[in-house]
Amino acid sequence: MDHFRRTNRALIVASVAAMSLLMATPASAQDTFKLGIVTFLSGPAADSFGVPARNGAQFVIDQLNKGSVPSPYEKVGFGGMKVEPVIIDENGGATKQVQELRNLYQRDNVDVVLGYISSGDCLAVAPIAEELKKMLVLMDCGTPRIFEEAKYNYVFRTAAHATMDNVGLVRYMKAKNIKMDTLSAINQDYAWGQDSRADFVAAAQQLYPNVKVQTDLLPKFGAGQYGTEISALVGAGSDVVYSSLWGGDLQAFVLQSAPRGLPKRSQLVFSAADHVLPPLGDKMPDGTIIGARGSYGLMSQKSPLNDWLFKGYEATNGVYPVQAAYRITQSILGLKAAVEKAMSKNGGKKPSTDEMVAAMTGLEWPSPGGLIQMKLADGHQAIQPIAFSRTKYNPDLKRVDLIDIQYFAAECVNPPPGVKSIEWIKGGMQGAKCN
Amino acid sequence: MNFFLTIILDGLIQASWLFIVALGLTLVFGVLKILNIAHGSFYALGAYIAATVVTMVAARSLPPSVGFVAMLLSVALIASAVGLLLERGLLKMFYGRDEVVLLLVTYAVFLILEDVTKLIWGVNPIYATQPYELFGNIEFAGLYYVGYDLVLIPISAVIGFAIWFGLNRTVIGKIVLAVIHNEEMSVSMGVRVNRVYAIAFAFGVLLAALAGALTAPKISMQPGLSSDVIILSFAIVVIGGLGSVEGAAVGAILVGLARAASVHLMPQAELFMIYLIMAAVLMFRPEGLFKREMARRI
Repeated sequence: MDHFRRTNRALIVASVAAMSLLMATPASAQDTFKLGIVTFLSGPAADSFGVPARNGAQFVIDQLNKGSVPSPYEKVGFGGMKVEPVIIDENGGATKQVQELRNLYQRDNVDVVLGYISSGDCLAVAPIAEELKKMLVLMDCGTPRIFEEAKYNYVFRTAAHATMDNVGLVRYMKAKNIKMDTLSAINQDYAWGQDSRADFVAAAQQLYPNVKVQTDLLPKFGAGQYGTEISALVGAGSDVVYSSLWGGDLQAFVLQSAPRGLPKRSQLVFSAADHVLPPLGDKMPDGTIIGARGSYGLMSQKSPLNDWLFKGYEATNGVYPVQAAYRITQSILGLKAAVEKAMSKNGGKKPSTDEMVAAMTGLEWPSPGGLIQMKLADGHQAIQPIAFSRTKYNPDLKRVDLIDIQYFAAECVNPPPGVKSIEWIKGGMQGAKCN
Repeated sequence: MNFFLTIILDGLIQASWLFIVALGLTLVFGVLKILNIAHGSFYALGAYIAATVVTMVAARSLPPSVGFVAMLLSVALIASAVGLLLERGLLKMFYGRDEVVLLLVTYAVFLILEDVTKLIWGVNPIYATQPYELFGNIEFAGLYYVGYDLVLIPISAVIGFAIWFGLNRTVIGKIVLAVIHNEEMSVSMGVRVNRVYAIAFAFGVLLAALAGALTAPKISMQPGLSSDVIILSFAIVVIGGLGSVEGAAVGAILVGLARAASVHLMPQAELFMIYLIMAAVLMFRPEGLFKREMARRI
């Protein structure tokens, strides 16, 4: 009997010792990193942004878990921890997203939530993460207001905001000697369209001091039919027609305006149009000036990291990656860099939220779209380089190629720390480094 | 002068599309007294079916005119069948209940059809533009217009006239009007009211789907298509008077012209203009411009 008791005691002691050893071991095989991912899986933004983002996330996480990502990301998962994604649909409005965010943290016990495309959703969920003291990584959202109108400790945005798209677009037009004595605009009547329009017009007035704004249209989101708007734009006959339309709205606008001669009468400039090139194909008028909200897709620059994403994503999904896939990739890689930086300081343990927050603040990391630097909003808001180009249909490949590409450094098109975007533009974009 | 002609033409193009959608809504309300929330879903269904058919025809290298005719025929067939199925299989179980119950039932149908379209066609935008080039471009008032958009004006006029003629000048139309005025009396006179209900609902679905099909070649079909349409068509039938064909026509023209004038003259007020007209009409004629005269029961 004593023998059994002694054996049992020994077993218990051994088990406890083994467990203690396991707990003290640097995070590796025994830990997983649970990552909440929020992106549009349904609704109008799904095809253009949400699904490419989801596909991008799945590709990157799969590659990270296999340890197949090029340097400096070759370590498996996040510091040896396998990444376990929990993917949630962003569709349904801000109120629903606030509830879903709480569920992700409190019910699903995710370590970090990463995602969000809609500016409205980003504005709604950021204060909730802050209140819960949980780390939130925003991967997209165009509005500059998130960090310009509030201050957060637990919230980060790993992509530049919309100011870059519009300042860069005007700089590109100036560099290519595009005539713009007169300007007309068509933008969706919500935060993204209004903010983009304000930034573009302000930047245009800086670099083209004599520009006259003619027709200025703000149709509702999802309008679908633009016959009257096109009449007004063609009738105005401005040198340039600017738009931040995206997705199905942009496709419909292009489909309806081309036969009515708008691209022949005015130079079309679109701030965020790369994602409609594959579906539009030869329907996209040649010579249209477009941006991709970064140095992304067909405008990305060659590097081992970019080759890995472009070719790998294309092979997996049958289509080349556009902006949303790049944005979520740079977001996940940034989080990995932050987690591993925190682990290098805590002896290799799975880092706490505060350790990850400290590591991500002010962080810099290479991404397929170039170097991402958390330089604004006290190290919580990223800046990044951007590219612009013209469209040219390639009948052999049956796709729209991008020509005349020009790249702009991050500090040329983003405001410096501590200055609100619109004030920076209206003040003559002081301090911009464009060499 | 050209400027005003442009506004009128843009307004009429917009109105022609809106009229066909609103006509179906007002017909269903006139006969069945149902505020059919699912109406926008039938519009989306028509658009998706049209895009599928046009793509199939184009894949066989057949001319766009074949695609155009094929899309109209297939949409008419499928929409009528869906309309009959829904009315016989679902709605008839709720006749006689409170109007709110039927409103909720059609809202449920709207939600179900939203998911059905996602299930069948996915969430990616779909488009089939071949028929849009069918009628070439026409220069008018110094601007190029797509012939297809202009053709929609006579098409909607013909559809509107046919419905009006059918209701007011044919025996079947008189039976329908009798049911609208007094269902009990119609039953006692031997009218098969259930059949009238089924046909009227199927016709309403058909008109919504037809409007979707006619719009399909110029838009990008994607989830959310149905909700925008339903709001605009409700505004039109409220302005025109629920259940009135003439009201739907006048309401659509008013909304189309107001919208066009606003985009050209005061773009910021575009959405507001539609509701301003609605509020102004309701202030003076609470039951819409063309209130249907009802026989008083003694």
